[in-house]
Amino acid sequence: MSYTAAALLGVAGAVLADLFVLRTRLVTRVAFWATYPIIIVFQLLSNGILTGRRIVIYDPAAILGLRIAYAPVEDLLFGFALVLLTLSTWVWLGRRGIDRKPAAGEGSRLLRRLRH
Amino acid sequence: MRHLSYLFVLAACLLAALWLEPVLKVNVLRRWRRLLLTLVPVVVIFGLWDLAAIAAGHWTFDPAQTTGILLPGRLPLDEVLFFVTVPVCAVLGFEAVRAVLRRPAGDEE
Repeated sequence: MSYTAAALLGVAGAVLADLFVLRTRLVTRVAFWATYPIIIVFQLLSNGILTGRRIVIYDPAAILGLRIAYAPVEDLLFGFALVLLTLSTWVWLGRRGIDRKPAAGEGSRLLRRLRH
Repeated sequence: MRHLSYLFVLAACLLAALWLEPVLKVNVLRRWRRLLLTLVPVVVIFGLWDLAAIAAGHWTFDPAQTTGILLPGRLPLDEVLFFVTVPVCAVLGFEAVRAVLRRPAGDEE
């Protein structure tokens, strides 16, 4: 199997887990899609260093060859699967009552000031 | 120092995200049990993917720019730390967005 096929399977697996296994349905939520573009910027930066400086080297036969900021386009799919599985697991655990509190922003003087 | 290149990239990612904990009070590190439990399936699943990809030759690592510490299956320690760092940064970012936008994610009471 090529990295291309594995990456597509990874995205499919993460989406299926989010929708039907953990049932967190993050791919239908604004909170997820507002976060992902921020993460992608940092991924392009860090992954660009890892691939551009040849810290990680890809077999040309395993990838399409299309690159964004030095990194194979497959890395974007890999990153999406990694982030989605992480966030669905995090939300799933919270829904089961594990460390639901203190919620994000609770106790932030900065946020309170911004809202008033 | 060159063999720490990979780790420097991970440290930079952490620095870029960790300030959210004290400044926005995202309370991710305070909910460390939930964070640790989140890491378990992610590290296992993506570690296995990494092992399979290394075995298939999809990618290799420059020994001069990584720690050189290899786990069974020739999995570099650097990669395991990647699968810890990225999820921690992702959760910090997600909770920061939630703190600001106050949109539901499904785990509210």
